Amino acid sequence: MKKRFGFALSLMLATGMLLSACGGQGGDNAGGKDTFSVAMVTDVGGIDDKSFNQSAWEGLQKFGKDNGMKKGRGGYDYLQSSSDADYATNLNKLVRSDFDVIYGIGYLMGDAVKEVAEQNPKKHFAIVDTVVDEPNVASITFKEHEGSFLVGVVAGLTTKTNKIGFIGGMEIPLIEKFESGFRAGVKAVNPNAKVEVQYAGAFDQADKGKAIASSMYASGIDVIYHAAGGTGNGVFSEAKDLKKKDPNREIWVIGVDKDQAPEGVVKVDGKTYNVTLTSMVKRVDVAVYDVAKRSKEGDFPGGKTLEYGLPENGVGIAPTQDNIKPEVLKAVDEWKQKIIKGEVKVPMTRKEYKQFEASLK
Amino acid sequence: MKLSELKKFFVSASSAFVVPVLAVLLGMIVGAVVMIASGYNPLAGYSSLLYGAFGDPYYIGETIRQTTPYILAGLAVAFAFRTGLFNIGVEGQLIVGWLAAVWVGVSFELPKAIHLPLAILAAALAGALWAFIPGILKAYLRVHEVIITIMMNYIALHMTNAIIRSVLSEEGFKSKQVHESASLRSEFLESITYHSSVHYGIIIAIIGAVIMWFLLEKTTKGFELRAVGFNQHASQYAGMNVKANIILSMAISGAFAGIAGAMEGLGTFGNISVKAGFTGVGFDGIAVALIGGNNAFGILLSALLFGALKVGALEMPSSAGVPTELVDIIIALIIFFVASSYVIRLLLSRLKKGAE
Repeated sequence: MKKRFGFALSLMLATGMLLSACGGQGGDNAGGKDTFSVAMVTDVGGIDDKSFNQSAWEGLQKFGKDNGMKKGRGGYDYLQSSSDADYATNLNKLVRSDFDVIYGIGYLMGDAVKEVAEQNPKKHFAIVDTVVDEPNVASITFKEHEGSFLVGVVAGLTTKTNKIGFIGGMEIPLIEKFESGFRAGVKAVNPNAKVEVQYAGAFDQADKGKAIASSMYASGIDVIYHAAGGTGNGVFSEAKDLKKKDPNREIWVIGVDKDQAPEGVVKVDGKTYNVTLTSMVKRVDVAVYDVAKRSKEGDFPGGKTLEYGLPENGVGIAPTQDNIKPEVLKAVDEWKQKIIKGEVKVPMTRKEYKQFEASLK
Repeated sequence: MKLSELKKFFVSASSAFVVPVLAVLLGMIVGAVVMIASGYNPLAGYSSLLYGAFGDPYYIGETIRQTTPYILAGLAVAFAFRTGLFNIGVEGQLIVGWLAAVWVGVSFELPKAIHLPLAILAAALAGALWAFIPGILKAYLRVHEVIITIMMNYIALHMTNAIIRSVLSEEGFKSKQVHESASLRSEFLESITYHSSVHYGIIIAIIGAVIMWFLLEKTTKGFELRAVGFNQHASQYAGMNVKANIILSMAISGAFAGIAGAMEGLGTFGNISVKAGFTGVGFDGIAVALIGGNNAFGILLSALLFGALKVGALEMPSSAGVPTELVDIIIALIIFFVASSYVIRLLLSRLKKGAE
C-alpha cells in the first residue's frame, strides 16, 4: 500500500513537472516586441453583449485590420472577465503580455485600472465611461445625456398615450446620465408626457428586462428607452411578442449604445415590422479607435479626459431612422443644434433635471 | 493491532490522494477530447492553464488570493454539513460579512492591532447572525434550512446594495476604500509576487481550517454537534440540547462564511460595490466542501484546486486561443469528474461494507 501511495505521488509530481515545463514555453512567447499592439479587458458582458463591449471590440478590430495587425499577442486582443475579481488579473495579464495600450471597458473597471496603472507607470492604459486620474491613463467618457436628450425628443413626439418608460441597468451615476437626459428631452417637447423610470439591477438579465417591459406596456406605455445592456434584450423580445399578437398596436423600443434596429425585426403573417424606433448610439468604437491611433502616432493622451459628445459624433441618434416621422427628425435636428451651440444645457443628474424642469415653466 | 491501524491509515491516505488525482486526470482527458473536437490544441490549453495558475510569482499570488475565500466558504458549508445541516446560504452570509467588514473598515480609525480584528469579527458576527435566523427557524419551527437560506441570499444581496447606495456612499455604487489599518493587503506580499493582489487573508483561512478541525474533532461540543448531525433522536435521548446545537452549528457556519466575505472586503477589493448578482463564491463553496470530503484539510486542497482552475482559466484564451466559453466547459468537466469521484468512492465504500 505504501508503494502505491509513493507511486501515485511520483506520478503526480511527474505530471506536474511535465505540464509546467510546457507552461514555461508557453510563457516565453510573450517577448519579441517590435510592433504596436493593443488589447482590452471586457467586463462580465463579453464581446457579444450587443452593447458597449461589442462596440469597443469592433473598434479594436477595425484598428487592427487597418494597420495589418493580427489577433493575439503582439497585435490586437481581448480578455473577458467572468467576475469583478478578474478585472485586475486580466489587466495585469495584458501588461505582462507587453501590449502597448490596454483598455478597461466599463465604469465598473475604474478601481482596477487605477491600481494597475499605478503599479505600472510606464504602461499606457485607457478607461471607458469613467475618469481615472493617473498620468498614464486616458479616460474616455461620453455625453450620454446629450444623446439621450435627442431620443427623448423622439419619444416625446412619437408617444400617443403620453406614457413613456425608461429601463436602466444598475442605478449608478452613469445610467443616471441617460435617465436625466432622456427625461429632459421628453419634457422639453411634450410637457404632458410622463416618464416612468425603473431599474433592473443588472446589465445581464434579459428576463428581468422582459418582465419590466411587460408591466410597462400593460400600463399603457408605448415607448420604452432602455439603458441596460443585455437586460435590454428582454425589452426587445417583449415588444416583439406583443407585436406578434397584435401587429396593429404601436409599441416602440429605443435601443442604446449601438444601432439596435436588427434587434427589433419581427415577422407577422409574412409582413416585416420593426419595433425599434431608433437607438441612442454611443460610439465606443470610434473612441477606442481614436486613442489607439493617437498612441500609435506617439500622441497618447495620458492623464487627459476625452469627452465625446454631439459635435464629435461620439453620441447621437442611430443611422436607422425609418420609423421616425420626418417632422420629428426635423425637431431632433433643431434641438441638436441648440445643444451644440450651448443654448440648452442638458441635465446629467436627477438634481440638474429638477432645475431643468423648473426652468421650462 | 498497531500494524493494522497503520496499514489502514495508509490505505485511506492513498485513496484520499489517488482518487482525486485520477479524477482530475480523467476530467482533463475528457476536456482534451472536447478541445480536439473543437479544433484546439489541448496540450497548449492545459499548459497555459497551469502556467496561468502557477507559472510565476504573480500567478501564484493570484491563485492564493482566489483560494482564500474558497477555503472559508468551503469550511462554512462543511461545518453545517458535518452537523447534519445543508447551508445553501453561504453566499448571503458572505455578502453581509463583506458589508460588515467594510463598514467597520471605513467608519473607524483605530490602531491596526484593534481595527483589523474588529473588522473581521464584525464580518463573522454578521455572517453568524444571517445564519442564526434560519437556524432558529429550523430548530423551533422545523422550517427547512435550505429554503430559508436560499431566500436569505436574496435578502442579503438587495439589502447590502441598498445600504451601499444610501449609507456607505452618496447615491454612488461603491463604498470608500477601507482604512489602511483595517486592510489585509500587504506591500511585502505584493512586492514578492509582482503586484498580485494576494493578501494576508490566506493565513486567516488556514487558521480557520485548524479551528474547524479542532472544534469538531477535539472538543466535547464538537462531538455533540456531530452527534446531532448523525441522529437527532439519539442525541436528545442522550441528554443533548438538539435545538441549541442546531442553532449554534448554523451560526458557526455563518461566521466562517462571513469571514470569507471579509477576505474580499478587506483584502481583494478593499471596498464593496453594488452587485448585480451573486459572487458565486458561496455556491462554489458547496462544491469545495464536497470535493474536500467535508474535512478541514481536504478543503484546503480542494479550495486550491478551485482557485487554480479559476485563475489559470483566464490564461487559456490569451495564450492558447481557447475561447472563454469552451474554457468554462473544460473547467466544469474537471470539477464534474472530481465531484463524481466522491460519489464513486461513496459507492465503493458502501459496497465494501455490504460485503463484510
